Amino acid sequence: MEQPLFRHNRPGRCVTFVEYRAEGGFAALEKALAGMSPNDVQQVVIDSGLRGRGGAGFPTGKKWSFVPRDIPGPRYLICNCDEMEPGTYKDRVLLEANPYSLVEGMTLAAYAIGVAHAFIFIRRGYEEAAENCRRAIAEAKAAGLLGENILGTGFSLELDVHQSAGRYICGEETALMNALEGKRANPRAKPPFPAVKGLWGRPTVVNNVETLANIPAIVANGAAWFKGLARIPEAAGMKLFCVSGHVNNTACFELPLGMTLGEIIDGPCGGMLPGREFKACIPGGASTPFFTKAHWNVPMDFDTVAKAGSRLGTGGIVVFDQNTCMVAATLNLVAFYARESCGWCTPCREGLPFVQDVLARIEAGEGREEHIGILREHVQYLNYAFCPLAPGAMGPVEGLLRLFEDEIREHIVLGRCPLGGK
Amino acid sequence: MIPDTLKQQLAARIAHAVTNREAAVDVMKELQRHYGWLTDEAAEAAAELLGLTPLQVEELATFYEMIYRRPVGKRVVHICDSISCWAMGGESLMAHLTAKLGVEPGGTTADGMFTLLPCCCLGNCGEAPTLMIGDTLYGRVTPERGEEILSKARETAATVPEGPGTPQEEENV
Repeated sequence: MEQPLFRHNRPGRCVTFVEYRAEGGFAALEKALAGMSPNDVQQVVIDSGLRGRGGAGFPTGKKWSFVPRDIPGPRYLICNCDEMEPGTYKDRVLLEANPYSLVEGMTLAAYAIGVAHAFIFIRRGYEEAAENCRRAIAEAKAAGLLGENILGTGFSLELDVHQSAGRYICGEETALMNALEGKRANPRAKPPFPAVKGLWGRPTVVNNVETLANIPAIVANGAAWFKGLARIPEAAGMKLFCVSGHVNNTACFELPLGMTLGEIIDGPCGGMLPGREFKACIPGGASTPFFTKAHWNVPMDFDTVAKAGSRLGTGGIVVFDQNTCMVAATLNLVAFYARESCGWCTPCREGLPFVQDVLARIEAGEGREEHIGILREHVQYLNYAFCPLAPGAMGPVEGLLRLFEDEIREHIVLGRCPLGGK
Repeated sequence: MIPDTLKQQLAARIAHAVTNREAAVDVMKELQRHYGWLTDEAAEAAAELLGLTPLQVEELATFYEMIYRRPVGKRVVHICDSISCWAMGGESLMAHLTAKLGVEPGGTTADGMFTLLPCCCLGNCGEAPTLMIGDTLYGRVTPERGEEILSKARETAATVPEGPGTPQEEENV
């Protein structure tokens, strides 16, 4: 099994610049700058089928292609490392082990899009990841692989690290651009889309860490090779799955897209903890509707997971055992979003605390039958929010209603949580 | 008053930015590191350095989880209450530490040592439950281990007088 992202990793420490270089690191950049046009680089990324690893799964090369090349003035590239989706820690693991693939990938992306200034936006608390990025940038600069006149080709890229001060909404790309500009990080209206009018009003591409870190291997080995890494023909590449909850081995794994949920849990995760049975999981971070045992054989790829009623999201899998109350789990998830709402629009600011309150009542044994209908209505209503935060928050509520209506009703009929609130 | 060296350091950071306010978060963080929290004086100094009004700084300062606009203890303890930590016993950890320290979540201990803040996902879900003191992450924190971590932090805080945000112990995850 080839691992384009983890293949440079060393146990217990970060790979060094010299080691990365010796293992073929920055060869993709040399190859691109020597013999590929910016358009060639974009085309190989389009052909590779790479889709955004930050949650939405948008085709990366296509996103780049939306950037107008004929407008004079600067364009920007931003790496989104505001990884605050509960259950997600893949970008931290990646950058603590190897920041060089990201730096090389960003340089390639900047070359393809015609960017001279790029930013890595890192969440608070990721100090080691940020430090690794700063060191990698300095080392690449010293080796002539970044900065002015890269490899003597006349192409230049300035790369800066921006460290945030903690707020989930900063991961939404338009809010992120406000944050980077030093403004309060409320989302912006779309359109205009960032590709046309983004950072400081300029064309901007925002890509996730894992997405960008995959670029060097794609440029080095070609689109067909990358596609072939996946387990099923409709998927492309490997994916970082970071697992938490009630399994034996809670870690971040680089696995082929299209492996089934069951294969991931029984394989690299080493199965459930002793004495625990699988009840449900969140398949891709806090905003994705639950999967149950019925989804055990669903291949984990963007389209297959969507067809099964959820989203691949970030690849953050949170596993729950038979004693987990799904009402309580949903309450925890909604409470997170209610607190992290930026307050900009009414459906989110007012709607999420209301939904949280209804779930809290049901969990406390004060639920009434009509609450089920109220929750169902709010799954619709919160789609009227300004940005994807509130609809995302309702993902688990929708899953709860669709998959665990009996469990909700049991709370209401018994007048208490049948599982003791855990 | 802000020391001149800090002022120069902040001015250098601002000079590197594309626009002055791009450096706002870094400036607030550095001032907070100096004062322990973002005091009124610090917010006004930030505004002056960045060419913003104090209200514009306020708008930013109140937005971010890690910028404290009220006095905090010598060490701020962030305890994750998001889903992975919740599933692995985060509520028991919070209950144990609040009881031990005699504070409500959000409160500061009577001796001014710790402020206990529930917070959203710290990105350490594989090692749940998780807490963070300053910039140091701790994983697989059972209630007992949480108590130990706090008593160690209390010892080091006694010898290192700086405010929150100062990394104290070796990474221990």
